[in-house]
Amino acid sequence: MSKQDWPLWEVFIRSKSGLHHKHAGSLHAADAEMAIENARDVYTRRNEGVSIWVVESTNIAASSPEEGDMFEGAKSKIYRHPTFYDIPDEVGHM
Amino acid sequence: MTKKEALYNYIIQTADNNLILGQRLSELCGHGPELEVDIGLTNIALDLIGHARSLYQYAAEIQNLGKDEDQLAFLRARHEYFNVLLVEQPNEDFAYTIARQFFFSVFNYLFYSELQNSNDSQLAAIAEKSLKEVAYHIRYSSEWMIRLGDGTDVSHKKMQVAVDDLWKYTAELYTMSEVDQLMLEEGIGIDLNKIKALYLAKVEEVMEEATLTIPTNGWTQKGGKEGQHTEHLGHILTEMQWMQRTYPNMKW
Repeated sequence: MSKQDWPLWEVFIRSKSGLHHKHAGSLHAADAEMAIENARDVYTRRNEGVSIWVVESTNIAASSPEEGDMFEGAKSKIYRHPTFYDIPDEVGHM
Repeated sequence: MTKKEALYNYIIQTADNNLILGQRLSELCGHGPELEVDIGLTNIALDLIGHARSLYQYAAEIQNLGKDEDQLAFLRARHEYFNVLLVEQPNEDFAYTIARQFFFSVFNYLFYSELQNSNDSQLAAIAEKSLKEVAYHIRYSSEWMIRLGDGTDVSHKKMQVAVDDLWKYTAELYTMSEVDQLMLEEGIGIDLNKIKALYLAKVEEVMEEATLTIPTNGWTQKGGKEGQHTEHLGHILTEMQWMQRTYPNMKW
């Protein structure tokens, strides 16, 4: 077997229809089809999913942790949380 | 052979195929070529051992000697195992492991598909339940056959060596034994002659895509269904039975 490593894939699982796909983890695989099979074996053994997305990790563009400034502005704007409304009791849990 | 004996042997033969291949695959637990493959193969092992368990439970019921599924799985002598020779062949390398899995899974799928129509409702139910898992075993092993066969020069060569070596054991899968024939006459077992063409068609389809060739020398090896095995079965049984033979009735 070649010593060259398989590429890394990020795995997203939808736990049931109607819900969105959620990041489950990552794994190695030679190609997309094998990545889906590996994801099925590694991440859905306990009936966790009804659908799988895989994307090669190198295709994900990410913000860098050093760019903390990006989020600075939002920290002081607590009024953007809808916590100041009075919710009538009849509504129950939201 | 009475009908009851034939039925018992038929169930045992099916269970043994699953148990022995499951045991072979479980030898790879923690030793798979890649972490993901390790988990994939171990999953298949668990599926097969699960199918074997349901079948042994049923066989114990038919036998009616107060034995349980563990006693049937672990405490028979070598000639009382009726699995086909293919499933007891060693893992050797990944190419052998995949070729063996592919050759068996295609058969297993066709076998269970037909067995769903058995007039033995218990066997029909086990077949129906097992079928979906086996469909995945075919998918998994076919994808690997294609990637390794149509991969690099080295992977192609290794895959072809494995195919050339294991092919002689495949004819046994679709050859009727005395027990197979008796069960067919009772409407319990399936007609293996009926699935032969389907088996070869599916195998050829995948082999062609994998750029692999099927040996044409016509040499076959049989005997497993009659309890005559290759030397490899003895070694597996030694490992499987060691605990119960050394500490009889031990439980944990």
